[in-house]
Amino acid sequence: MVTPSELRIGVLAVQGDVGPHCEVLARLGAIPLPVKSPADLDRIDGLILPGGESTTIGLLLKKSGLDAAIQDHHRRRGLPLFGTCAGLILLAKRIEETPDQPRLGLLDVTVRRNAFGRQIESCETVIDAPLFGASPLRALFIRAPFVAEAGPLVEILARWRDRAVLVREGAILASAFHPELTDDDRVHRYFLRRLVAARPAA
Amino acid sequence: MDFDRRIDYNGRTETRKGEAMEQGTWKVKVGLAEMLKGGVIMDVTTPDQARIAEEAGAVAVMALERVPADIRAQGGVARMADPKIIKAIMEAVTIPVMAKCRIGHLAEAQILQHLGVDFIDESEVLTPADEHHHVDKHRFEAPFVCGARDLGEALRRIGEGAAMIRTKGEAGSGNVVEAVRHLRQIVEQMRRLSVAPSETLMAEAKTLGAPYHLVVEVAKTGKLPVPNFAAGGIATPADAALLRLLGAEALFVGSGIFKSRDPKARARAIVEATTYYDQPEVVARVSEDLPGAMEGLDVRKLDEKELLQHRGW
Repeated sequence: MVTPSELRIGVLAVQGDVGPHCEVLARLGAIPLPVKSPADLDRIDGLILPGGESTTIGLLLKKSGLDAAIQDHHRRRGLPLFGTCAGLILLAKRIEETPDQPRLGLLDVTVRRNAFGRQIESCETVIDAPLFGASPLRALFIRAPFVAEAGPLVEILARWRDRAVLVREGAILASAFHPELTDDDRVHRYFLRRLVAARPAA
Repeated sequence: MDFDRRIDYNGRTETRKGEAMEQGTWKVKVGLAEMLKGGVIMDVTTPDQARIAEEAGAVAVMALERVPADIRAQGGVARMADPKIIKAIMEAVTIPVMAKCRIGHLAEAQILQHLGVDFIDESEVLTPADEHHHVDKHRFEAPFVCGARDLGEALRRIGEGAAMIRTKGEAGSGNVVEAVRHLRQIVEQMRRLSVAPSETLMAEAKTLGAPYHLVVEVAKTGKLPVPNFAAGGIATPADAALLRLLGAEALFVGSGIFKSRDPKARARAIVEATTYYDQPEVVARVSEDLPGAMEGLDVRKLDEKELLQHRGW
């Protein structure tokens, strides 16, 4: 097992809030690397799919061939993935209202986009998640999706308003909210320690 | 709604079954602006155009009655779009929808917030309603974007509550020169502040006509406290790449797409160039064989009175 300080974590940088994720990673001692092309995937130990517009990111993933390359790295060498908001949508196998939207389709869930409403409904809040300790997680929901259905192997790590908003399936972690926009870095630490560092050496 | 819900409009704190949550906070407003980074926001006037923009990869659309080039050509008072058009566009797409209100037009801003638009652009492209004051944007839960030509103007708008700044450029001109001027000006002024001795910052604030605490913040961080986007005159993928190279975090394209000969192809090309702005091979590929860019105007030949960028105080 390696310590987080040696980890090179890619942040998908085709569109979205790449900067805040890089700042959290750097603060935790990992090395953030922007990923814009398939070759960038060769030198990373884990990949974060940031928030942004899932339709835009999905299209650019397809055009650049990054979609197939990420799927390949995940299946072949178990590349750990962490998606926030749009990242969750891109990871999902099924999307309710836009089923044909380009995506990675690696996480056995059905998501509902903009599930809590438009921007006017976006909010700052706290979520109970015993896995992360007694104090609730601070979270920002921005035009957020939620997980409407989860397959048998998907663990639901946190719920908000009775909806699954933080899930894990093996080497994939996904949140409907934005931990990167708060100063609560427990979800990122969990990703680094439990999904990336704990992984058997390739 | 069937759950326990109390709303305190003062602090906008809701309690549901004992759970605390806050809407319309500064973090929530700037949060949406963060999500748009690296993307292209496109002006549209119909639901069909909105769908074309979404399919081409726009991160958001700006719902308008007329694009800036037509406002410029047709003259008259330019106002907020008909709510019916805005609602139809909101229905048509899943991406965020923005709309413009006139500078200082509190009532138009309230209407847009009521309609549920995701971002309000208090814009110099429309005819100003108030020649001294902008909207007090802190009093709204919807986030606002405003135009700026220099750092002082940008910080005044942020002081009033704007959660995103864009260069003004010269809208509807198809000429990127003014956006470049404004972006370079803002970036250069921030660079100067970042090396300025702390005792000079009050004088800087006085010269810039900007709130002191925001001047101090820029001096410390070297950047605006909100995302810094570019707008005004972007017509080609290379224009998009240029503004990204100069430091714009995302782009607004107004007339440049739907005043060109093949909007779909141009929209896609500009989206790709915005992401791969630092890879000339990509910008070259998407620029190839792109039919008819909008005709541009020589901004130097425009009468001072015709320039939209002088609106805003």
